[in-house]
Amino acid sequence: MTISFEGRDIISIKDLTRDDILTVLRIAKQLKEKPQPTLLKNHVLATLFFEPSTRTRLSFETAMKRLGGTVIGFADANVSSASKGETLYDSIRIIGNYADVIAMRHPLEGAARRAAEATIKPILNGGDGANQHPTQTLLDLFTIHETQHKLKNLHIALVGDLKYGRTVHSLAQSMVHFPCHLHLVAPESLAMPVHIVHDLKKNHISFSLHHTFENILPKLDILYMTRIQKERFSDLLEYEREKNTYVITAAMLTGVKKNLRILHPLPRVNEIHPSVDETPYAYYFEQAENGVFVRQALLALVLGKLS
Amino acid sequence: MTAQTNNPKEIRVQAIKNGTVIDHLPAGFGLLVIKLLGGMPARKIVTLGTNLKSYARGTKDLIKIEDRELTKNEVDKIALIAPNATINIVRDYRVIKKIKPHLPETIKGAISCPNPRCITNHEAMTTMFHAHTNKKQVAILCHYCEKQFSQEEMVKYI
Ligand SMILES: [Zn+2]
Repeated sequence: MTISFEGRDIISIKDLTRDDILTVLRIAKQLKEKPQPTLLKNHVLATLFFEPSTRTRLSFETAMKRLGGTVIGFADANVSSASKGETLYDSIRIIGNYADVIAMRHPLEGAARRAAEATIKPILNGGDGANQHPTQTLLDLFTIHETQHKLKNLHIALVGDLKYGRTVHSLAQSMVHFPCHLHLVAPESLAMPVHIVHDLKKNHISFSLHHTFENILPKLDILYMTRIQKERFSDLLEYEREKNTYVITAAMLTGVKKNLRILHPLPRVNEIHPSVDETPYAYYFEQAENGVFVRQALLALVLGKLS
Repeated sequence: MTAQTNNPKEIRVQAIKNGTVIDHLPAGFGLLVIKLLGGMPARKIVTLGTNLKSYARGTKDLIKIEDRELTKNEVDKIALIAPNATINIVRDYRVIKKIKPHLPETIKGAISCPNPRCITNHEAMTTMFHAHTNKKQVAILCHYCEKQFSQEEMVKYI
């Protein structure tokens, strides 16, 4: 069942039903195919970035402007009243009176949920600490659907830092709605957290654990790479030993399925060698572009302009 | 009728005229329960017995609060740390009601979130948790940061 999106907050991927997700993907596809440059004319989006993230902020702002709306906001907390000690609640309460919809990022977990209590205007969570970043998950799902024409029964590998990467956590959790086989590829010390593995088991999602991915490449429909940061390793020897295990190069891509697509939430460091960019399997730049369409869809939906 | 009896049942029934007796608390949990209930009530006599003999599990804690009857809401909070406690409401030396705490689905206030990066630890606001029971294991989920904690972890944050 789908509840109307109008006025809704998009805080956590867990708040969205399967039908909700499919609605967002459908509208995003519609807007990608047929732009609506005046749909949100006379509407104001506030982008409140209490923690800087140029890419996510620009993506939200582009989405709003491509629909004919205007944007207000700030790009980092030092220029907001938060630096003067104002509570998040007060900031949102006030800005809620200026804007029709708010997209925000905040370093603290639960900040978007708290912000939603301060205003009746819809809040779009653009990341709250290590917790949620639902628009990223939606654009990942959109991209998987766009490249595979389905969301179910795919072989998806999540590679890299599965312990701290909130992107892969949310994506894995969304598989509850779209059963796929997940190949979880990570070094021992950066393995998928137990509570998520537990969720997968509880929901009968099939998955397998791996330390390397070269041997599973021929099976895959989606290879989802993530950054491995040196500072995440408790054991630097392990880092030195493992750092090249999680790098994909063009040479490794012989014998893969034709429909394989490689995704990455970007920015990449060196886990995708530039030689991959020229192969037909690279899809991470298109994936980033899709973020704009997914955010357009959310803006149009929560403002009640499309359904 | 002497108070110096070794039978805890008699102590409980005889010792207070009106109020609440919280019995069968795990040993060492008495002070935590008082804290959970918002500290010592002003101008009320509170007696805490700790490491008392218990037939069922060896030792236990017991709290007597005179002239104050716990509300359903307060009783349910106790379930968070002592789901097997028994709460007796006493009027005129008689137990008129025995209540088993029932873990509420939503717990507001009373505990802080163990996650230091949670917004609730940085802003003057009321915490909220959702309790899920799965095969007798209770998991407490923060409404805000969405982190999940075990009952044992939560006890430290009362
Ligand atoms: Zn929390």
